[in-house]
Amino acid sequence: MLEKPIGGEKRVFMTGNEVVAWAALAAEADIMYGYPITPQNEVMHYWTRLAPKYGRSFLQTEDEISAGFTTCGGVLSGKRAFTATAGPGNILMQESMTMAEMMRIPTVLVVQQRGGPSTATVIYSQQEVTMTCFGGNGEGLRIVYSTCSHQELYDYTIKAFNVAWKYRFPVFVLGDGYQAKMRESLKMYDPATKGIKMVETQPSLGLAGVPGVDREPSHLRNTYNTEEELCEVVTNLVKEYNKVVPEVVEYETFETEVAEIVLLGHGIVTRAAQAAVKTLREQGIKVGHFRPITIHPFAADELRAICKHAKKLIVIESAQGQFERIVKEAIYGESVPMESYFKPGQGVTGEEIVEYVKKGL
Amino acid sequence: MSVVPNMPKSWREETKPHKFCPGCGHGLVLKALGEAIDELAIQEKVVFGCDIGCSLLSWDFFNCDSVQTHHGRTTPVVTGVKRARPDRICIAYMGDGGGYAIGAQHLVNAAARNERITAILVNNCNYGMTGGQMAPTTLPGMKTQTSPYGRDTDSMGYPTQGPEMVAAIAREGAYVARGTVANVRQLKRYIKSALQNQIDGNGFSFVEALSGCPTNWSTNAQKTWEFIEKEMPQYFKVGEIKTPGKKGE
Ligand SMILES: Cc1ncc(C[n+]2csc(CCOP(=O)(O)OP(=O)(O)O)c2C)c(N)n1
Ligand code: SF4
Ligand SMILES: [Mg+2]
Repeated sequence: MLEKPIGGEKRVFMTGNEVVAWAALAAEADIMYGYPITPQNEVMHYWTRLAPKYGRSFLQTEDEISAGFTTCGGVLSGKRAFTATAGPGNILMQESMTMAEMMRIPTVLVVQQRGGPSTATVIYSQQEVTMTCFGGNGEGLRIVYSTCSHQELYDYTIKAFNVAWKYRFPVFVLGDGYQAKMRESLKMYDPATKGIKMVETQPSLGLAGVPGVDREPSHLRNTYNTEEELCEVVTNLVKEYNKVVPEVVEYETFETEVAEIVLLGHGIVTRAAQAAVKTLREQGIKVGHFRPITIHPFAADELRAICKHAKKLIVIESAQGQFERIVKEAIYGESVPMESYFKPGQGVTGEEIVEYVKKGL
Repeated sequence: MSVVPNMPKSWREETKPHKFCPGCGHGLVLKALGEAIDELAIQEKVVFGCDIGCSLLSWDFFNCDSVQTHHGRTTPVVTGVKRARPDRICIAYMGDGGGYAIGAQHLVNAAARNERITAILVNNCNYGMTGGQMAPTTLPGMKTQTSPYGRDTDSMGYPTQGPEMVAAIAREGAYVARGTVANVRQLKRYIKSALQNQIDGNGFSFVEALSGCPTNWSTNAQKTWEFIEKEMPQYFKVGEIKTPGKKGE
């Protein structure tokens, strides 16, 4: 059995799905549960090839309902368990992820967004934002990282496990078909060499000793009898979640300090927005860019601060306003005008953003 | 002058040549189905549902009203149509992943309720559309993208015996058979009997077809046929398994 998947640091050139598999290995993930779906398949393909060499496991389930719930079972057993999916599979995983929210089960789910609704395309979109952030019959008590590069896929897959196990809320890495399938260079590393310590896992079931004799039995519950009882449970969950928010919220800004026009975009669209900022700045146009890394929870205060001096916001996304809804909620009451540039299920380039911005001057 | 090959009347010429890979078994199954529809003269009444899997490529295959559903959900969509329009001949066309993995609950319950629909399932031992992962029907030891060291029966079990399972659940009146693209005449006979069973209102009807996926098996023509004719029958017995009025074997 090989010991460490990655010793020290290593520059590599690979697809995003391969990156996720390596990151999960480096993060000491014990088991992946999964079901095939494009554009996520190769996470499983690489994991099934690599995992046995490092004593890790894999189960291909009969569908994503099962993959989500087996992940819950693995986590309840104290294993660093994860799954990955996309599109219609993400829909089916929402059921188990609500159980994870309610019962504080630290699951990790990597989503490679594809076009929707329905089966639609296997290529790319940012149309799984609402579902990944707020899916299920609950309050969205989860943490969602919207990555933009292979380096981030690596970094945040590792981080996802730690944030999940530290705070015990389900964590999602929200990628997309471009990131999944594209090849790009990045640095893979052993988390330890960066001072990243993997948060220890805890079993909730199957502990040592005779339940009721040596220890209290685990009686894990997700059903309640009265409205009052449930209201109290959920209020407490929300309180705990809100406590976590300032510790996990992440964002990036690009030249927003003296920007008149601020581009808002997340995930891979940030790369087009960053390119546009560069071009437009060279032409003397005062443009900046704000990008949430945790798309949920959202860095609302930081965006509000930008709204105070910006003359216009432009929301750019490969969906019809799913990200815009999050933005609107975050800055409710601000008076800065807002425009939108939506391309549901289609990629966005820096050039077209430049063109759009200049047309509006 | 171009010569148009002989095709079933119910096929839609404008969408031919079809979109399956060269050497794929789906085309042969749909040929058998097309001829069965012609011979029973039911084209006008057919509602054809196809799954997500390579079966999705048949969404415009026939001159029949057709609906592309979700992965695994063709059985319930078609059941819904049949319950609303009992005068239609409703066909659910799916792969082995769609039918035996994600859609297994639907197949089991449609059989248990003896839904008057016809399900046709293409068994190609893998998930074709998504690039060749392990399916419930993958043979022991067979290498796929998610069983790169071969299907390990200890942890992943044995190939699902679909028709046998359906026959065990279905009530009297159901028709269940397993055919193969290696014997298209016989396959057509089974499909015809299955459709006739629906026309007669007897009960659920189900035909599995052993089929090839040269693209994901990485086989040439000879190896593909060897696999269908020699390997697959070792686990999947071809024949009628349940017919109305007869006891299942
Ligand atoms: C809910 C959901 N999960 C996964 C998929 C991805 N998917 C599309 S086709 C397919 C497999 C198809 O295999 P099979 O049913 O055996 O048909 P074949 O392509 O082999 O004919 C899968 C897993 C999907 N579309 N929807
Ligand atoms: S991938 Fe396989 S099942 Fe799909 S069309 Fe090609 S040969 Fe047929
Ligand atoms: Mg198949």
